[in-house]
Amino acid sequence: MKLIQKAAGKSPWIIHYDCNSCNGCDIEILASLTPIYDAERFGVVNVGNPKHADILIVSGSVNYRSRRVLENIWREMPGPKVVIAVGACACTGGIFSDCYNIIGGVDKVLPVDIYVPGCAPKPEAILDAVVRATEKLVHKREELAARQAEHVAKLRAKDPKGGRNAEKQ
Amino acid sequence: MEDNSFNSLIPFGPQHPVLPEPIQIKLVLEDEKIISAEPAIGYVHRGLEKLAEKKDIHQSIYVVERICGICSFMHALCYCQGLEELTGTEVPPRARYLRTIWGELHRTHSHLLWLGLMADSYGFESLFYQCWRIREKVLDIMEATAGSRVIISANILGGVRRDIGPDMLGHIQKTAKEIADSLRDIEKVFLNDYTVCHRTQGIGILTKEEAYELGAVGPVLRASGVPQDVRSLGYAAYGELDFEPATETAGDSYARTKVRLKELRNALSLIIQAAEKIPEGEISVKLARKPEGETVSRLEQPRGECLYYIKANGTDVLSRVRVRTPTFANIPALLKMLPGHQLSALPVILLSIDPCISCTER
Repeated sequence: MKLIQKAAGKSPWIIHYDCNSCNGCDIEILASLTPIYDAERFGVVNVGNPKHADILIVSGSVNYRSRRVLENIWREMPGPKVVIAVGACACTGGIFSDCYNIIGGVDKVLPVDIYVPGCAPKPEAILDAVVRATEKLVHKREELAARQAEHVAKLRAKDPKGGRNAEKQ
Repeated sequence: MEDNSFNSLIPFGPQHPVLPEPIQIKLVLEDEKIISAEPAIGYVHRGLEKLAEKKDIHQSIYVVERICGICSFMHALCYCQGLEELTGTEVPPRARYLRTIWGELHRTHSHLLWLGLMADSYGFESLFYQCWRIREKVLDIMEATAGSRVIISANILGGVRRDIGPDMLGHIQKTAKEIADSLRDIEKVFLNDYTVCHRTQGIGILTKEEAYELGAVGPVLRASGVPQDVRSLGYAAYGELDFEPATETAGDSYARTKVRLKELRNALSLIIQAAEKIPEGEISVKLARKPEGETVSRLEQPRGECLYYIKANGTDVLSRVRVRTPTFANIPALLKMLPGHQLSALPVILLSIDPCISCTER
């Protein structure tokens, strides 16, 4: 368990979903993965499968059709997970917030951990967000481990000879 | 012999590793062969045409720029040219040249971006990274000249917002030559590499007649042998610069790659020419009067011909803005190319039209 916690901070895998964006943020997210900015030096890999990902990067505001897709991707990711909203539209709806087809920012649908403002934000800002998201991911994993330990302790107190959970520990 | 083949329906997208943007293509397959394809769109629809009717004509520039972040400058340019025509405003020559320079810089970065994504579509990741490494030089110029990397907001009604000084023009010319040099290396791989040729040659063929009848535009049309390029009409400063539309005749994915590589060289040469010939003077004028009447404004985006229909009623708010974007025109051609190919060829064919979904759905 400790090894996994330690490793989690070293290689966060990201999944990127273009929710309703104008492409400006998407190409900046891709640019932050390519040689000049090179997010891969932090162990960041862009994956296509939500089941492999720790961090969800969303660009663009949410509309009535993409909402379901976004929620599905988030649900398929294993916890603990971190959501980054990249760009003004993802934070609040931005210039699109007056449009008839727009629900609003990503936080209307998902719990967002990190906001990156800007239209379009620079790759440096996106890299910074990914590094902070990694810290948050480690923190969330620690919290989860603590909660699990607490749960096991409670079970032990109730039944000292041990249930199935206690035996495993 | 007994026929063991069966049809299966595969929903490709909206979230897929090869797609930078969400579009769904419903595929009917017979074993591995594509029988038919049907697109399902609407994942990026925002309703920007309606929003442009709520804002005034100056604010709407920022709205149309956000139709697409990759060719944002071209969208603003097309919109501004339409309104300048409606108001009878003469744009100063220096502004026209500056628009040409920024426009061609956008084309350069868009094509390099596309080349990278194309390489990624057949799993050539290092080539993808090399294309994007070269592209960063263009973005640095954008940041130095306009203050932002992708959405540069340089156009205003009646001209441009910022001037480019002589030092910077020299730097732009130098960088354009550097990019042309480094293009030589990636060109070799795209055109001669055995594996790359195997994945692109003969894949997604569109004949000249089909391309013309289906109303394809841009590099897709030119790769099928129709030398049609809106820049030949001579908007901005293109009438005073030397340039020829790049064409190929094969009509497959390889030809489309070749056309875009040629266009990259054209764009770089146009930048160098414009930076040399640029006249001194004003960079913007005020609109002569309030816009009234209707007009159609056209220009050549990296993906093809873009068309704006603008209707004004003599006030600051427009009655109607209609945008026909190049990818929208190319989707019928895409659906024509797909049947008969293996499923594994789908990413290459899809990417070969350079899809820009946020343009398509607005």
